[in-house]
Amino acid sequence: MDDLLRDFLTETSENLATLDVEIVRLEQNPNDPDLIGSIFRLVHTIKGTCGFLGLPRLEHLAHAGENVLGKFRDRELEVTPVAVDLILKSIDRIKVLLAYLEQHEKESDEGNDEDLITALNAMADGKPQSAAAKIETPVATPIAANEPDEFGFVPVMAGDLASLDANMNMAPPVAVSSYAKASEDKPVEAPKPVAAAPKISVAEEGGKGAASSVADQSIRVNVAQLESLMTTVSELVLTRNQLLQILRGQKDSAFLGPLQRLNQVTSELQDGVMKTRMQPIGNAWAKLPRIVRDLAHELNKKIDLQMLGAETELDRQVLDLIKDPLTHMVRNSADHGIELPADRIKSGKPEIGTVTLKAYHEGGHIIIDIVDDGRGLALEKIKSKILEKGLATESELSGMTDQQIMQFIFKAGFSTAAQVTSVSGRGVGMDVVRTNIERIGGTVDFKSIAGKGSAFSIKIPLTLAIVSALIVECADERFAVPQISVIELVRTSQISEHRVELINETPVLRLRNRLLPLVSLRKTLKLGDEDIKANGDAFIVVAQVGNATFGILVDRVFDTEEIVVKPVAKILRNLNIFSGNTILGDGSVIMILDLNAIVSHVGDGGSQLQQAAAVTQSARGESKQSLLLFRAGAGAQKAVPLALVARLEEINRANIEYSEGSPMVQYREKLMPLVSATAGAIIPAEGMQAVLVFADKGKHMGLMVDEIIDIVEDHLHVDLTGRRPGALGTSIIAGKATDVVDAAYYLSQAFQSWFGEEDGAFEGDVLRRVLLVEDSPFFRNLLTPLLTVAGYDVTSVEDPIQALKLLEDGLMFDAIVSDIEMPNMNGFDFVSKLRNEETRWSRLPIFAMSSHATPRDLDRGRQVGFTDYVAKFNREGLLNALHENLKGGVQ
Amino acid sequence: MSALPVPATGSALTVTEDATQGMYVTMTIANQLFGIPVLKVQDVLGPQRIAHVPLAPPEILGSLNLRGRIVTAVDVRTRLGLSPLEDGSKSMSVVVEHEDELYSLVVDKVGEVMQLPTTDFERNPATLDPSWQEVSNGIYRLQGTLLIVLNVARFLRAE
Repeated sequence: MDDLLRDFLTETSENLATLDVEIVRLEQNPNDPDLIGSIFRLVHTIKGTCGFLGLPRLEHLAHAGENVLGKFRDRELEVTPVAVDLILKSIDRIKVLLAYLEQHEKESDEGNDEDLITALNAMADGKPQSAAAKIETPVATPIAANEPDEFGFVPVMAGDLASLDANMNMAPPVAVSSYAKASEDKPVEAPKPVAAAPKISVAEEGGKGAASSVADQSIRVNVAQLESLMTTVSELVLTRNQLLQILRGQKDSAFLGPLQRLNQVTSELQDGVMKTRMQPIGNAWAKLPRIVRDLAHELNKKIDLQMLGAETELDRQVLDLIKDPLTHMVRNSADHGIELPADRIKSGKPEIGTVTLKAYHEGGHIIIDIVDDGRGLALEKIKSKILEKGLATESELSGMTDQQIMQFIFKAGFSTAAQVTSVSGRGVGMDVVRTNIERIGGTVDFKSIAGKGSAFSIKIPLTLAIVSALIVECADERFAVPQISVIELVRTSQISEHRVELINETPVLRLRNRLLPLVSLRKTLKLGDEDIKANGDAFIVVAQVGNATFGILVDRVFDTEEIVVKPVAKILRNLNIFSGNTILGDGSVIMILDLNAIVSHVGDGGSQLQQAAAVTQSARGESKQSLLLFRAGAGAQKAVPLALVARLEEINRANIEYSEGSPMVQYREKLMPLVSATAGAIIPAEGMQAVLVFADKGKHMGLMVDEIIDIVEDHLHVDLTGRRPGALGTSIIAGKATDVVDAAYYLSQAFQSWFGEEDGAFEGDVLRRVLLVEDSPFFRNLLTPLLTVAGYDVTSVEDPIQALKLLEDGLMFDAIVSDIEMPNMNGFDFVSKLRNEETRWSRLPIFAMSSHATPRDLDRGRQVGFTDYVAKFNREGLLNALHENLKGGVQ
Repeated sequence: MSALPVPATGSALTVTEDATQGMYVTMTIANQLFGIPVLKVQDVLGPQRIAHVPLAPPEILGSLNLRGRIVTAVDVRTRLGLSPLEDGSKSMSVVVEHEDELYSLVVDKVGEVMQLPTTDFERNPATLDPSWQEVSNGIYRLQGTLLIVLNVARFLRAE
């Protein structure tokens, strides 16, 4: 019998059984609209499927029945016992026809259903015929004659225990199918019984004789039963693991043989039970062809949906959870991805777009690919959407790679469909998809090539109950890390090539020419302060969550173990850093780390970590920025943040003039002091001189360099230890050691030597006192001279705690400029403390300064009492803000 | 995963319920006698190896494995705002089941099971410290001492 027909028979038999019950309920309860609706849908489904399978006789009968039910539903017809009787008779007839169909694999051509159809139609027309009562259930086939319908087709509700027994006896797998409660789920085809398994007898009791009905070979088992069976098996697995652990320590034990047998049997049982929960992924896809077809129709597109690997099985719990995300992603591909036929022809593609859905197993995981050959993600649209939604600023965007920008599609409230269609574009899209998938320990990855299409890849575990986990140790405590997220393990020590380095106390690791941000498990879990043991030996678990790759610093790494995830006690449920706990083979209880939570748990830096790590793998708080590379004098290339440079100029050296031995040039009708980046260098008299112009409040300063090399996007990880005047330190930029130039140093040099006398310009005013609270030495060094030059008296401190000390010491300022992300106390807390406590500082204008300003941050900043919010590097913005707020006079 | 099966079955429970009415497992915390209805108690344990749970509230000592089930250990002293026991190695614990989860209440000492007559039962004195008021269901007047009936749900902050 062909699979389709078998599925149909099983499903319809179940539906009919439900129908019997529901119609009887309807008779007792004729005004229940939900009930009528559900009956109507059931009959409608039967009709639809029959039409699809080319079973006209069944279809016609069901159609007539549906008409009557439709009238019931629309309240055009009253639910009378006569009507119900007629419907029940039709259902009986359908059963008879089905029985014939099952036996002969074709529709019965004996007799016809005109009697019923006429009666039903008459009923639908509001003219119930008394003839309806006369219709007898015909004896159409022998099988119907000697087999009571109630048994032949009603799925057997017994068998929970039988299935357990069957598994316990290790009989060949029998037909146990798990069904979701929703009737639309198709049954799973379980392997056919090979020998005389115990289940056969059960089936035979129901369906007398050789012709046991298909419906009898699968039974409905309550999902809760399967769940509890699974739990029991999980416990057994744990106990087995425990026993094996004990055995490992003993040689020549008499238990060896039996335990090995137990081991094997347990594994088989586990597999067997697991199988009962498995359903082909095709079940989750069943509705997609229809959705894509409707969508293609609505949008006038031509789309071919290819589905490969529909038979790939996975746990029904997982299946339920990915059903909606999958549907959404396919819709997206069809709606956003595939172009209109005309556009496709124009770009040289076949008129019909293809969306391919492919599922396959790969090492304990199931991979689902959704590939379309459409236009790919529209980067420009995404960018404008990001700006429109205020998810990032233009300058932040310019510092991101395409891949990084595309990641924004996973942000909440993001939808690029220009028009909201009925299918997608409601803005509850990919973020929900990602959340759902990550909730079950899966990951989503995607690639997109403009004009060629997009490819999404979902990786999910086969089952949620038993997972493979890596056991790690930190501060003498053990934790489990889900293996799915682990990419590799790195061993570090002071002498090996992999060494943990610190940037402003943030540990990072150089791994294959990239800096990997590290999370100290010890610090995250507050197990102690020292990151690494004294000898510097540590292990790093390199993990990937979403697109964030980071390393977790641990002391030791043990084996991988199969663990049974148990939920944590309610009393601990607010500790979201653990996804569960488990009992190991040696009987100890350990916590399972939730890496998603760890990423977001790393204090305020968490969101940054995720962002920065997403594609660029940078350290905490250090985002990518544009850097100008140049050469000046001997030694390494030099770099300066491009944001600090106003212009790049080439000036004719003949124009360089000297005043009191200092070089200067007429620039924009003013004199601009020139400073050589190479101390003591002699400027040649001829040729062109490359100059970096730093501008400030209408004053300019030129830094003479030998050669401008390039502008690159990179991270500024300044190693602060090797400081000398004019350089902040050395960093790896574009793969080379680079001196990061302290622009502030040259600025102050120029202004001392050149504007020195002009200090008087500020003398008439009282010097405004600004307190700068900033943890990064780089920014402190940058901003202090900047503000000084702009005429402020600057005091800078490392963190709010020190700032508060100054308050206690009785110092007074006119304004405070504060960073947001700082150790010990963040900017928000700092400001709300100042604002809420009546002190001399509580009315000061306070400016927030941050490299990551999300609209939420802005809101929060204003709420807690920041006067204004300026992005880091926006010098003009900061100076303007200070100027605006302080021009009213000194407070 | 569904909850683990509860061992006590319905019929058995109804029979024993009457018999166990007013029966309490008693325990001592800082010289104060406490009682928990005997039906709530699953087990009484001596000192156990407890795995610490990082970031957990201070009263949570950690979790332990009781015959394949994970039990969360709660330090009753810390929960009640008392200083920890000087010699913690001799502590005992009472395992209670609450909403299908097991909790081990670590106390100074577990006493006997007592049948207490309802006539000796009284409401909390109004002057009792609010944090004690919260976890106390009422007081039994015993000879020479008073027994506080512990409200397990509120003790575990599960309400």
